[in-house]
Amino acid sequence: MHELAITESIVESVEDRVRGAKVLRVALVIGKLSGVVPNALRACFEICTEGTVMEGAALDIEETPGRARCRDCEAQVELLDTIALCPCGSANLAMLSGRELKIQSVEVI
Amino acid sequence: MCSTCGCSDGAETRLTVFSGDHNIGHSHADDGHHHGDHHHDHSHEGHEHHHDHGEAHGHSHEEKPISRTLQLEQDILAKNNQLAEHNRGWLEGREIAAFNLMSSPGAGKTSLLERTIRELGTEIRICVVEGDQETTLDAQRIGATGCRAVQINTGSGCHLDAAMLSDALKRLKPPAGSVLMIENVGNLVCPALFDLGESAKVVIASVTEGEDKPLKYPYMFRLADLMLLNKIDLLPYVPFDVDRCIAYARQVNPALKVLQLSVLKGDGMEAWYSFLRERKAAQSVSA
Repeated sequence: MHELAITESIVESVEDRVRGAKVLRVALVIGKLSGVVPNALRACFEICTEGTVMEGAALDIEETPGRARCRDCEAQVELLDTIALCPCGSANLAMLSGRELKIQSVEVI
Repeated sequence: MCSTCGCSDGAETRLTVFSGDHNIGHSHADDGHHHGDHHHDHSHEGHEHHHDHGEAHGHSHEEKPISRTLQLEQDILAKNNQLAEHNRGWLEGREIAAFNLMSSPGAGKTSLLERTIRELGTEIRICVVEGDQETTLDAQRIGATGCRAVQINTGSGCHLDAAMLSDALKRLKPPAGSVLMIENVGNLVCPALFDLGESAKVVIASVTEGEDKPLKYPYMFRLADLMLLNKIDLLPYVPFDVDRCIAYARQVNPALKVLQLSVLKGDGMEAWYSFLRERKAAQSVSA
């Protein structure tokens, strides 16, 4: 889903920032609950970077786990998917992490 | 975009403006297209880059260039989000309340708009942005109600993004104090990720779909401000558990507002109009 648009967005943002320098590595942070599938992103990355300064660059993806605070019992819980419940039974969760979609850094030469 | 749904970079996005039943303009909006701007001129065939920075004057040295790491810490959707904020400011400055309508194909988005315009159009000025992969059929339907509409054809693209809405706004020129309805491409997946600058996201589900839609497409339902459950006139004929559907939706989004209605028969439409009036009033106060 939408990984191609996401990847195009990554390529555009990086191109803007590196001003023509050759990119060797791109490091991303992708939350496990972000709705973006890392493997689909990898496939798109190869296609989208062709003919750009990012062609052939390595792609590092750090996946951050989903964490939330339960608004009812105040416990912090790990979420494996977006429809998880707190062990207390509440669905009233405040997301703390897991939805990141970030370009952390790029290595250029 | 999606490797899953097969849409691409939207290079073929087109805009068509409808006013009443007159098609007053058609453009291939490649100028507004924001994805395809990469410089594709085969930067360097070889691999070396000639560094022409100050310190390398005079002689060339063969040592391996040293790479450096730039910390960007940048949101991947920053560009879209920035444009969305720009749209939001543009709309707020004109006290225009904008609603992003999203659903799977066939849930009744266009019919909802037709009826809403017919019944509320004399009280509130409504303009419409129609998003579809192909055809201007929906904008023609809306145009036939006398409402000003612009059709965005995304080609193989599977969702609207902030840049497309920005282009559409320039063509549509919705008047100050009006309500803007944005009918997104029928798709419960991709539109969820792209903020357009709307005042509220409305997801439309219908009783002819499975009641587990909110669990299957949690991203969409999590981000929505309002869920409209349409086609309730068909409840006697379909095995659809309304309470379960609403419970599933609230499991994903505890704050979700839910209204049940039948666009065809008119049941529940008044509550939808109240929602629109409320949001429109809030937009006037905040601006």
